[in-house]
Amino acid sequence: MAVDKTQFHVLAVDDSLIDRKLIERLLKTSSFQVTVVDSGSKALEFLGLNYEDDDHNDNEHEQRDSNSDEDEDHQDLGVNLIITDYCMPGMTGYDLLKRIKESSCFRDIPVVIMSSENIPSRINRCLEDGAEEFLLKPVQLSDVNKLRPHLMKARSNSKDFDSH
Amino acid sequence: MNHMAIAALKTQRRNLVQSMFDEGVLDNQFNQLQDLQDSSNPNFVEEVIALFCNDAERIITELNRYLNDQNVDFSKLDSYVHQLKGSSSSIGAYRLKLACVNLRQASEERNKEECAGAFNSIRREYYVVRSKLQVLMQLERHIVNLENQQ
Repeated sequence: MAVDKTQFHVLAVDDSLIDRKLIERLLKTSSFQVTVVDSGSKALEFLGLNYEDDDHNDNEHEQRDSNSDEDEDHQDLGVNLIITDYCMPGMTGYDLLKRIKESSCFRDIPVVIMSSENIPSRINRCLEDGAEEFLLKPVQLSDVNKLRPHLMKARSNSKDFDSH
Repeated sequence: MNHMAIAALKTQRRNLVQSMFDEGVLDNQFNQLQDLQDSSNPNFVEEVIALFCNDAERIITELNRYLNDQNVDFSKLDSYVHQLKGSSSSIGAYRLKLACVNLRQASEERNKEECAGAFNSIRREYYVVRSKLQVLMQLERHIVNLENQQ
């Protein structure tokens, strides 16, 4: 399959219909390929991660080698960045962040959190637990432009099979 | 002749938008929305406004229902106001957003009377922004029609 190596695929997660429309337009305007879903569980479903049974921690090392090819596939054909709202019913953006970072397959995908509320403890917790950026809503085009470096870095990191 | 009509309409549009900014009905976020509209997405602003209005009216109906209960469920109320505050902020409906902040505060204080007052403000601000945006969209359509006839 021919893949445009310069185009990145962003998975956006937000329970608000208006905000989904906005983030989609913002991302497309910035030349990202976009998939938008309305919940954390749909995001995990889209990634192919069954969120009920990702307790692979025991088997992590055994799986790592066999997964390394799949990791590269995920980077090139799948999702390159996840941008999620914080406040969502059911699974919050923070919960989703944790799920992603606990996953052996997906932990290298950069995750960005958006929130309408400027709460320093919330922001710090997300950043400490692996979020690349925390954006205050309403998200602007200038915010979206800040995402590209994270994507470039993740792409170049994924070429190293044994960097972790 | 059309040139003059188009120019006049554009002036009207500019004045309407300016007055909405001056009165705080809209803030800079609305400019951001307009910047996202282009020839490949010529109806973007109109679509967002339509989504917003549908959503806002749904929420206002729910808020009204919850406020009329004997025992007001303040946490449900708060959840709905949070949604409306978010979408108001996203389209740049500044005064409406502020009205939401006030209702959240009253709800936090579990003060039913204050909530009722704050809710009335929300309803009022919503109808103000909706009617002005409707006029704005009509002007836009009119301008586009005339320009297409050129």
